[in-house]
Amino acid sequence: MGSITLNQITKSFGAKQVIPPLDLTINDGEFVVFVGPSGCGKSTLLRLIAGLEDVSSGQIMIDGADATAAAPAKRGLAMVFQSYALYPHMSVRKNIAFPMKMAKMAQSAIDEKVTNAARVLNLTDYLDSRPGQLSGGQRQRVAIGRAIVREPSAFLFDEPLSNLDAALRVNMRAEISDLHRQLATTMVYVTHDQVEAMTMADKIVVLHDGLIEQVGAPLELYETPRNRFVAGFIGSPRMNFVEGAEAAKHDCHSIGIRPEHLQISTESGDWQGKVGLAEHLGSDTFLRVQTDHGEMTVRAIGEVGVGYGDTVFLTPDPEKIHRFDAAGLRIQ
Amino acid sequence: MARAVTNRRKFIATLLAWTVAMLLFFPILWTFLTSFKTEAEAIASPPSFLFFDWTFENYSTVQERSNYARHFWNSVVISVGSTLLGLLVAVPAAWAMAFVPGKRTKDVLMWMLSTKMLPPVGVLIPIYLLFKQFGLLDTRTGMVIVLMLINLPIIVWMLYTYFKEIPGEILEAARMDGASLRDEIIHVLTPMAVPGIASTLLLNVILAWNEAFWTLNLTAAKAAPLTAFIASYSSPEGLFYAKLSAASTMAIAPIMILGWFSQKQLVRGLTFGAVK
Amino acid sequence: MSTAHSRTAARLMISPAVLLLLGWMIVPLSMTIWFSLLRYNLLMPGMETFIGLDNYRYFLTDPAFFAAFKNTIILVLGVLAITTIGGILLALLLDQPIWGQGVVRILTIAPFFVMPTVSALVWKNMFMNPVNGLFAHLAKSLGLQPFDFLSHAPLFSIILMVSWMWLPFAALILLTALQSLDREQMEAAEMDGAGPFARFFHITLPHVSRAATVVILIETIFLLSVFAEILVTTNGGPGYASTNITYLIYAQSLLQFDVGGGAAGGIVAVVLANIVAIFLMRMIGKNLDA
Repeated sequence: MGSITLNQITKSFGAKQVIPPLDLTINDGEFVVFVGPSGCGKSTLLRLIAGLEDVSSGQIMIDGADATAAAPAKRGLAMVFQSYALYPHMSVRKNIAFPMKMAKMAQSAIDEKVTNAARVLNLTDYLDSRPGQLSGGQRQRVAIGRAIVREPSAFLFDEPLSNLDAALRVNMRAEISDLHRQLATTMVYVTHDQVEAMTMADKIVVLHDGLIEQVGAPLELYETPRNRFVAGFIGSPRMNFVEGAEAAKHDCHSIGIRPEHLQISTESGDWQGKVGLAEHLGSDTFLRVQTDHGEMTVRAIGEVGVGYGDTVFLTPDPEKIHRFDAAGLRIQ
Repeated sequence: MARAVTNRRKFIATLLAWTVAMLLFFPILWTFLTSFKTEAEAIASPPSFLFFDWTFENYSTVQERSNYARHFWNSVVISVGSTLLGLLVAVPAAWAMAFVPGKRTKDVLMWMLSTKMLPPVGVLIPIYLLFKQFGLLDTRTGMVIVLMLINLPIIVWMLYTYFKEIPGEILEAARMDGASLRDEIIHVLTPMAVPGIASTLLLNVILAWNEAFWTLNLTAAKAAPLTAFIASYSSPEGLFYAKLSAASTMAIAPIMILGWFSQKQLVRGLTFGAVK
Repeated sequence: MSTAHSRTAARLMISPAVLLLLGWMIVPLSMTIWFSLLRYNLLMPGMETFIGLDNYRYFLTDPAFFAAFKNTIILVLGVLAITTIGGILLALLLDQPIWGQGVVRILTIAPFFVMPTVSALVWKNMFMNPVNGLFAHLAKSLGLQPFDFLSHAPLFSIILMVSWMWLPFAALILLTALQSLDREQMEAAEMDGAGPFARFFHITLPHVSRAATVVILIETIFLLSVFAEILVTTNGGPGYASTNITYLIYAQSLLQFDVGGGAAGGIVAVVLANIVAIFLMRMIGKNLDA
């Protein structure tokens, strides 16, 4: 039903090629997240799938049919915009009903679907309000409602949570994941927040300058990143990288070790250093330690009792050391 | 307490502001009051402010003697007509420039604005002669054409800025929702543009109503709008202050009312967007 | 949305406006230029002869032109000074917390919406008239001789009338600019130790100066063409004391029927206005990019 395949897609704006030839397969029912730093092309890719931009070359297949030249409305997709893009002069009811009105459905059928969607999204009390009267989270839900009623083969989300405050974001994340479980429809989700990616995705596509760095399940990307970029992008705080003599000991150009995989000791360990910044959260402690091999970030569970200026020893878990060659690619 | 706006400060500011406001508004107020006086009362010394015998006779005299209603109607036809005609031409143009911008769009817009800066006196003679030639002198049609042309740049400009404010994402959402171009225009674009079109209409009717160059030079008894008609009071016979006041009050009242609603539009339209 | 198809549609939609304005520009203007090179008087039709730049020479050496030019400058600068400075002060005042702010705004804006002929006649008759005007009554009550504004200070009277109308415009624009001032910036300056005058000169004034520039430029464009007020009050007199360039050309064209001379004057006016317009366009152009 909701499978999307991209064959050798490229996109150029004028003389500038923002997406070099790219292949990607999205399976029916998957929750796929496009993630990457600003300007990596993830939103562009989404808009190409939606049909809001034309590809410069290549093919887009939706459910086995060639949709490359099809108009956005004819692709059977629905999009939730970053700014929600609600029609300000229409009530919530009319906003949600709009796609069905465009499809010339019978009014009774429209009313029924609007009522259902409103119930699922907790909007029943707001059906007659205008978008201007709603809060950010409510507007979000209206935008989602408008997408749901189209019963698309796939939902497209363009950074939907970036306009919400932190607490709301956590709630909406859960709601969207629930929705996915409920509807079992393909969802393609764009974000720059790797926490959203890790928690929501079945499959993550990491993009960088228009190139796909890696495609895989969240834990796959966490445990076996294909290159330094993915290793440094996934996981927070960022992975520590060490080059030079230390790396040579492990037969490679650079090694990477995640902050949570470093053991702290005040007595002994592989690397000695002095604590700079110490962040005590109670549940975790984050330390910035200045060692001979550069500055490292360390994460410890609970409270470890060291503070600014203390000397500590760090020992990396040997099983969790990532090795990279001179080109930044992973060495097995 | 140091930061509170003291009542004393507010009082002083209020006093000052109201004084200045009343001073500025006074001529209008005085005209309004004088329109209800008899001619003798109007030139009485010392002048009376509120306590005199109020009468409506001036209003009826003005209408009887000079068919005031006809000139009022001329003003209405000319200002509304020229603005509607201007909208007819300007809406497609502004739409195209806002939603399908090309490389030269900005230049075209600037050029249009520059035509407004032509001093009318530079083309007075040819227009006068052309109008004479084509029998357009002293006709409402002629005035509608001229006023449409001189306000067209402002109408196009204002519509352009309003159209540009419609977020592109909403139109994209409509497209994703299955709207054809026609659907997009009817169901999304136009409802969102209506306030902007109304604002443009409002401001330009005001500008056309008050226009006092072409209306003075190209009209005579038949098509003269109120601007020209009032000018005839500049060579009066006998006592006429009260009648002048009545004629003036009627002439400016509609625009005073419209004007009070259009302050924001004024800023946008007449500074060509340079002040937000 | 910029497909080739929509681009042709767009061009089609812009063309009526462009063609109309192009016609409005080119046709009359070229006629004016043509007439300015002829000796052409409506009272003696059929006797037009080509006299090259003679009309310009007569026009520019006519003492009436010097008077009109001087008056135009005085008029424009006078009104600009009153409205800009007054406008800033008024805007500052209206920006303060006061009771009845809405009503105050409405009262202050009102003069701008009065049509010029009404405004001029009300001022001329009911205020400035040396026998029956309010100023005369005021003077008499103070034991002074009433002053005949329009005979003894015609240009000043015109300046007064025009300023009355444009002061609200300037105040409104400047108030809008003032209200867009970032309050946080003012608070930061206060924390940095700047007193009220310092804050005004270093923050408020620069911010408002852009709007003030726009006000000045736009007013200048309109003020060069002041006409109605002169027509219904002084008719440019006494002599040429209150004639500006616009009125001078009008008089030559439609009162003396000297089409050739008037046309030359018209072109001179166009050139003068263009100089101002160039500055204004640059200012607006910068804003269009924003």
